[in-house]
Amino acid sequence: MNGEFLTPIDAFTVIDLIFMSMLVVVGIAIVRLKDLFAVVMLSGVYSLVSAAWFVSLDAVDVAFTEAAVGAGISTVLMLGAMLLTARQAAPTKPARHWVALIVVCATGAALLYATVDMPSFGDPLSAPNAYIGLEYLKRTGPETGVPNVVSAVLASYRGYDTFGETTVILTAGLGVVLILGLGGPAIKRKKTSAAKAKAAKIDQSKILGAHHVVLRVVSKMMIPVIIIYGAYVQFHGDFGPGGGFQAGLIIASAIILYALIFGIDAAKEAVPPSLVRLGAALGVLIYGGVGVINLLLGGNFLEYNILNPTHPSHGQELGIMFVEIGVLVTVASVMLIIFYGFTSRQPDISDKDW
Amino acid sequence: MIFATALMLMAAMMLMLVRLLRGPELYDRVLAVNSFGTKTILFLCVFAFLIGRSDAVDIALLYALMNFIATIAILKFFRYRALDVALSRTRRRGETR
Amino acid sequence: MSELLHMLDILRPYVAGIALLSGGVIVLIGASGVLRLPDFYTRLHAAGVTDTLGTLLVLLGLILLSGFTLLSGKLALVGLFLLLTSPAATHAVANAAHKAGLKPRLGTVQSQPPLDASGDPS
Repeated sequence: MNGEFLTPIDAFTVIDLIFMSMLVVVGIAIVRLKDLFAVVMLSGVYSLVSAAWFVSLDAVDVAFTEAAVGAGISTVLMLGAMLLTARQAAPTKPARHWVALIVVCATGAALLYATVDMPSFGDPLSAPNAYIGLEYLKRTGPETGVPNVVSAVLASYRGYDTFGETTVILTAGLGVVLILGLGGPAIKRKKTSAAKAKAAKIDQSKILGAHHVVLRVVSKMMIPVIIIYGAYVQFHGDFGPGGGFQAGLIIASAIILYALIFGIDAAKEAVPPSLVRLGAALGVLIYGGVGVINLLLGGNFLEYNILNPTHPSHGQELGIMFVEIGVLVTVASVMLIIFYGFTSRQPDISDKDW
Repeated sequence: MIFATALMLMAAMMLMLVRLLRGPELYDRVLAVNSFGTKTILFLCVFAFLIGRSDAVDIALLYALMNFIATIAILKFFRYRALDVALSRTRRRGETR
Repeated sequence: MSELLHMLDILRPYVAGIALLSGGVIVLIGASGVLRLPDFYTRLHAAGVTDTLGTLLVLLGLILLSGFTLLSGKLALVGLFLLLTSPAATHAVANAAHKAGLKPRLGTVQSQPPLDASGDPS
C-alpha cells in the first residue's frame, strides 16, 4: 500500500467530510426510527445527500442518476409499498440483534481488509487511471465522436453490459406484472346530464375537498416542463450528464405526478397499461434490434461502426442514439408498470391500524 | 465569497436535518424534507461555480422538479391513504359537475 | 453610455457578492427559525418565506457572476421552477396539516416569569 497521503486537506475535503457525516447520521436515524413514513422520507434525503456528495467527488453522471432515482420515483414507490403493508415497523427479537451485529462486524472487517490492497485515493498510477481509463479518454473522441466519455463507455464500449442491464429492468417489470398485475384499463367516465350529475355526485365521494386548485394549476404547468426536460436529458446525454436511464425516470415521474393529482384512472387513460406493457418489451427490442442489424450488415453484435462504413464515428453516434432510445422506453415503461402494479391492490389494513 | 455562501447553505442543511430527525409531527418532517431539498438545490448551483463544472446545475434543475413530486406524494398518501384517489378533476366537454 | 456600462461591469462582482452573502444569511436565519420556533405553523412561515427570498438572492448573485451565457439561462430556469413549486408545496403541507386537524398553538410562550405588583419578577 502506498504510504503517502495523496489527498490534501482543503476546502473540498471538508465538504466531503461533512457530506459523509450527514450520511452516517441519516443512516443511523433510518435504522432507529420505527415510523415508516419518516423512514421513507429519510431515505429520500439519504439519496439526495449521496447525489450532492457524488457531485463533490466529480462523478456527475452517477449523481444525476442517484437524484433521479432516489428523489421522486423511489419515494413514491416505497410509499405505495408501505400502503399495502403497515405503518410501523415490527420490533425484532433481542436475540436477533446479536446475530445481526456479528454478521455486520464480520462483513465490515472483511471489506476493510480488502481496502488495504486497493490503490490510494487519487493515485495517478493505479490501473483505472493509468491504463484502461486513459485508453478510454484517448479513444472516445476520435472513435465515437461523443464528448461524454461515460455515455460512450456505457453505450458503445460496454454496450453488451448495458443490454444486460436493460433486460434486467424488463425482468423486474415482468416480475411485478406477474405478481401484482396492472389493475386493468381505465374506468371511463360517462358524459352525464345535469340531473344524472346530481345523482352521481354521491358516487363521487372519492374526490374530496376543495379540488386542490393550487396543486392542479401548478401541476398542469409543471408536467409538460418535466417531460421536455426528460427529452433534453435524453439527447444532451452525449455532451453532459444524462442519457437513457435518467430520461426514462424523469418521464415516468411526470406521468406519476399526473396520476397523483388527477387520479389513476385519468393517468391510465393517458398512458394505458397495454401501452406500458408494450413499451417495456419494445425498448429491449430496439436495443437488441440494433445489434441484430449490425449482424445483418456484416459486423459483430452491437458493433456500430458497420452502420456507416465510410465514417465509423457517425455510425457509432447513430448506434448510441438508438440504443439510448431503447433504454429510455424500457425504463419509463417499467417504472410505470411498477406504479400501476402497486395501485392495483387494495390495502388490507383497517383504518384504526393505520 | 462563493465558498462562504456554500458553507452557510451547508450549515442551513444541517439545521434542517436536525428538524427532520426531531420533528414531533409528520408535517414537521415533510416541511423539513422540502426545505432541505431547496437548500440542496441552491448548494448545488453554488457548488457548480466552485468546482467549475456547469453540469451540476442540471442536477439542481432535476431535483427542483422531483422535490415537488415527492412532497405531493407524501402528503397525498398520508391523507387519503390511497394512490388512486383524484385530487382534482378536469372538466370534459358535455359534462357538468 | 459605454462608460456607464463599463462601470456597471466593474460593479458586477461586488453586487453579485452582496446578493450571494445576503441570500446565504437569509437562508441560514430561516433554518435556525425552523429549529427554534415552537409550533408547526410558525416553522412553516420561517421555512417558506426565507426559502423563496434566499433562492432569489442566491440565484441572482450567481446569474450576475456568470454573465450572459447558457449557464445563467439554466439558473434562471431553476429559479423559476423553485419560485413556482416551493410555495405550492408549502401550501400543500399547510392544507394537509389543517385538514388533518393540527391546531396552531395560540397564546404566548412564557420565557420569563410574570412581574408581580411591585414590578419585580416574582
